[in-house]
Amino acid sequence: MAKVLMKGNEALAEAAIQAGCRHYFGYPITPQNEVTAYMAKRMPEVGGVFLQAESEVSAINMVYGAGGAGARVMTSTSSPGLSLMQEGISYLAGAQVPCVIVNIMRGGPGLGDIQGAQGDYFQSTKGGGHGDYKLIVLAPSTIQEMADLVQEAFDIADEYRNPVVILGDGMLGQMMEPVDFENVKKTKRNLPEKTWATTGRGNREHRNVINSLYIDPPVLEKHNYVLFEKYKRAEQNEVRYEMVNCDDAEVILVAYGTMARVAKNVMNIARREGHKVGLIRPISLWPFPKEPFKKTVDQVKGYLVVEMSMGQMVEDVQLATECKKPVHFYGRPAGMIPEPSVMLEKIKQIAGGAR
Amino acid sequence: MEERIIFAGFGGQGVLTMGLIITYAGMLEGKNVSWTPSYGPEMRGGTANCNVTVSDDEVGSPVIIEATSVVVMNRPSLDKYESYVIPGGKLFVNTSLVDRKPQRKDIEVYEVPANEIASELGNLKVANMVMLGAFVEATKVVKMETVLKALPEVFGKGKEHMMAINEEALEKGAELIINMVSTK
Repeated sequence: MAKVLMKGNEALAEAAIQAGCRHYFGYPITPQNEVTAYMAKRMPEVGGVFLQAESEVSAINMVYGAGGAGARVMTSTSSPGLSLMQEGISYLAGAQVPCVIVNIMRGGPGLGDIQGAQGDYFQSTKGGGHGDYKLIVLAPSTIQEMADLVQEAFDIADEYRNPVVILGDGMLGQMMEPVDFENVKKTKRNLPEKTWATTGRGNREHRNVINSLYIDPPVLEKHNYVLFEKYKRAEQNEVRYEMVNCDDAEVILVAYGTMARVAKNVMNIARREGHKVGLIRPISLWPFPKEPFKKTVDQVKGYLVVEMSMGQMVEDVQLATECKKPVHFYGRPAGMIPEPSVMLEKIKQIAGGAR
Repeated sequence: MEERIIFAGFGGQGVLTMGLIITYAGMLEGKNVSWTPSYGPEMRGGTANCNVTVSDDEVGSPVIIEATSVVVMNRPSLDKYESYVIPGGKLFVNTSLVDRKPQRKDIEVYEVPANEIASELGNLKVANMVMLGAFVEATKVVKMETVLKALPEVFGKGKEHMMAINEEALEKGAELIINMVSTK
């Protein structure tokens, strides 16, 4: 199969099907409706289940059911819909149910608008639902990477028995780029058999139960430690990032998703004007990549974090740099795109020693 | 080479399709491409536009602020996007539906009476193809033969009966530019 031209939303839906996802539950919301529409058409063709739930609350609980029975299952939504799903996501994490959750972010808070934005970083990486849990969060910046990461997300979810979030934005969902599905890397992971799945007792000696209720405190505590052992493993093994032109950089731009594309443009312009500028692009937002900052913090004058929000990832950059160097921020919320000219101006200020 | 193009008009004029054809043709020629539609609470008759990048390098921002070319199919689009063209860039105006001259003096302006030519061909719907023919001839962003290859891919089987008139419309648009250049 050659390259095909697809919207991000369609590409991620097709990638899910190619990754073996046969169960999709969702509720329509702009700007991710093409996922729902694509799944409605494709799932019956591959013998899968497409079900439009009556709400996001319902959809995420259907995910809980199918995932608990061992199926590869996905839901997708946009910002307000993800808020509605938070209780279910906490339960999924607590009961260790693997699944893939796609959030094609839009402007907020509240109903906000329907343009692409990045205001849900905190919600995805720092909790969102209640209790001590973590989600593995992957942020693609091209349509090809969207397809690649969806495959990866299902594998990570199965390996860790944990929900994995694909965090995109309205622009990535709506735009078209060529995708080559043959180039999507198939897993080399040794995925554990789902011996825990509720598939009926059969000849098994015990009943499998999917549950997040551990009413006895010492028992729950033990369960919490089990979860955090798993998160520690993820922190060691699932960190992803891209570094561009960082070797000699005095100023490093930090951006993810759509924003990283704009930042890369600005980096190239700044380089042409003679400024030593690099780019760090976190691909896994949790676990957050600390290494690229450890590697560069001694050499740079400062970092410039750019986001399509009022500033969320910037806090993780401050933590990763241990505040050894100034971490500057520029962002615009509401689906407005931070302006390259402003980014350039800030780069010059930082190169000139602004703190 | 990097071409950053904005196609704009009102819903139903086929501006998203024009962008899609160029994007598809760019892909067929092995270039890096991206296509980003405007979206919102849209409706037929409302404004529509798309941002297309065709590049030898990795495509950066999918949203275009500094366009190498802008194609406007109606008056509101000219008012909105005239300022987006970079100095020395190209502006294509559908004079059938735009009742004012562009104000910029630092860009190349191509005036194409797309609706009139389409009417002469017998189908007003191909006005976008007339404009696309002119655009491809003037910019050479992709080859015309690649555009012809892209057409059936973009339109699908349902529009096979339109292929002949689409090709004719593309040719008419291209001819207009060829004549324009030879009379300059």
